[in-house]
Amino acid sequence: MTAGKPEAVYFFGTCVVDLFFPEAGLGGIELLQREGVRVVFPRGQTCCAQPAFNCGYHEEARAVARAQMALFPKPLPVVVPSGSCAGMMKHHYPDLFEGTPEHAMAVAFASRVHELTQFLVDVLGVRLTDRGGKTTVTWHSSCHGLREMGLETEPKALLAQLSNVTVVPLERERECCGFGGTFSVRYPDISAAMVADKIADVASTGAPTVLSADAACLLNIGGALEKAGAAARPMHLAEFLWQRTRER
Amino acid sequence: MAKRAAQFPDPAEWDALRALAASIRARTLSKLPALLEALEARCSANGIRVHWAETVDDANQIVLGILRAHGATRLVKGKSMVSEEMHLNDFLEENGVESLESDLGEYIIQLDGETPSHIIMPAIHKSRQQIARLFGEKIRGAEYTEDVDALTATARRVLRRKFFEAEAGISGVNIAVAETGTLLLVENEGNGRMSTHVPPVHIALMGIEKVVEKLEDVAPILTVLTRSATGQPVSTYLNLIGGPRGPGEKDGPAEVHLVILDNGRSRIFADEEVAATLRCIRCGACMNHCPVYTRVGGHAYEAVYPGPIGSILTPQTEGLAGRHDLPHASSLCHACVEVCPVKIPITQILVTLRKESARAAPEFKVKGAGGGRDRLEDLAWAGWRMAHVSPLLYKAMGLSLRVLGPFLKGGAGPLRAWTQARTMPRRAPRTLHDFAREKGLPDA
Repeated sequence: MTAGKPEAVYFFGTCVVDLFFPEAGLGGIELLQREGVRVVFPRGQTCCAQPAFNCGYHEEARAVARAQMALFPKPLPVVVPSGSCAGMMKHHYPDLFEGTPEHAMAVAFASRVHELTQFLVDVLGVRLTDRGGKTTVTWHSSCHGLREMGLETEPKALLAQLSNVTVVPLERERECCGFGGTFSVRYPDISAAMVADKIADVASTGAPTVLSADAACLLNIGGALEKAGAAARPMHLAEFLWQRTRER
Repeated sequence: MAKRAAQFPDPAEWDALRALAASIRARTLSKLPALLEALEARCSANGIRVHWAETVDDANQIVLGILRAHGATRLVKGKSMVSEEMHLNDFLEENGVESLESDLGEYIIQLDGETPSHIIMPAIHKSRQQIARLFGEKIRGAEYTEDVDALTATARRVLRRKFFEAEAGISGVNIAVAETGTLLLVENEGNGRMSTHVPPVHIALMGIEKVVEKLEDVAPILTVLTRSATGQPVSTYLNLIGGPRGPGEKDGPAEVHLVILDNGRSRIFADEEVAATLRCIRCGACMNHCPVYTRVGGHAYEAVYPGPIGSILTPQTEGLAGRHDLPHASSLCHACVEVCPVKIPITQILVTLRKESARAAPEFKVKGAGGGRDRLEDLAWAGWRMAHVSPLLYKAMGLSLRVLGPFLKGGAGPLRAWTQARTMPRRAPRTLHDFAREKGLPDA
């Protein structure tokens, strides 16, 4: 697998990671660097434009997407610590720019986009050594990662490499947490019912940590856990992997 | 969900089956006008009288006209979602015709004056106890019992007599075959066969999209239909209706009519952005797997077709001006897309409808485009755009979140909706941008 290992990659941190879960981005960057990959972080990056795209504001989404693409011009892989944002850039940028002069650029850009854990497993073939104590976690498979990016085996393969970590699966692992961007505020009652079921599921595993590869889900699940006074805490997989495997 | 999953144990087989079913439906739609003409010609040759209805009013008038011609005032109905679109029962009742639902679930909700909450299991929202009470109150001679077999026997006793008294029968159509002029009806209770074969007149109702080209197109669709709908490898009954009773034949109706309804479908057909909506074979799997539908139930959608398929179909037939709420009633989790046996890109169409709802443009063809426009939201996204195309403004926004965050108690608007079930998100003391600068990561 390492035959095709790139010398350098771009890192697109995503806005939610940048502002609310920076340690997830940092963990992702550290994991990449440890594999000997040079990580380039374009400073002007903001958001993948998914919020506006999903709400139907495609002019606005194009403006933001265009600004991002301009910051990642070299033919390097673009690694994204979010299945949802990666799905937006990989699958929806080509649609978004359909019929515009930038379409070819969007298609070329999209082909360079990788979700972080898929990149770690499929491209870098990372081997992890667990340096942490015994612990239990549970795993929420975010919808866009799962169903747009096909992210299912990779996170579990990475967790399986950690000898002291036990993964207790959620009863409804594949079910949406109820975030859905503006869905959570347009239909707050339905969204609340969904996240209530999700955190009850998390609680029933007894795990102190719920992991996901999408910070937006963690914002939702974590906020609900905290509001309910539950013990479990959310953590991004990248942060978890880095914390467990870094040399101290 | 488990029953459906058990029917598709092999992912490779599932992929192959749905690819085939989707390609048949897509091919059908690619030549829809020609296939409908062929269907009309073959049906006519078989002795089925074909009627075209552009609107539900047209369709209702056609049905009433047929009934009046026969002096029919009592009819039995098999399950038909097109008849729900037409609000046929209410219309007939206003015109002095008794129209009795004979599908058990439909019978139950008709007794209670309700509409279906699911397209396959119309009374899924009712408990056994509710049905027991309903039967006890509404059916003469029925005692209160929660025994399912006894309840079913009661309904059977009532319906059996009605089948023989009915002067006409109405049914839906699952698939109409253009090549042979055959109408297929899938059902589990035998009521479809009774409704279509016992009364002297049979009126079949279908939407224009239900046609397929050839007889060989039927099996691949049927197999994904029954497995996706109820987790059955085959349905208990499969009726192939080829025409009225022939000379010397001992059963079947003397007359068969086929009413083909448009009701906005040709507009969907003409718009390639959303035309895949018409691939639907009405299996209901999208509902069963939708985290929104399974929590709110079908009636909450206030539409004939609930759930994900309804959220893309209803705004198109009724118009975005009135139904721009529906495309947003989804977290875009893609669970529906994952199980759709004909690969309708439901989430993609939801987003297209959101786009065409937010503003009108010459290229937007969905009925009522721009009907969901909200100036405040326009303003919010204009602001969002400015903050995210300019690194400087983005940084300022991040800083202001840091400074203002602790003072935002989640008092108004979206924040209040969010904090109903969650705490306010707290901006991290240092952003990833800060970390990247500190680590000296290259910028380009």
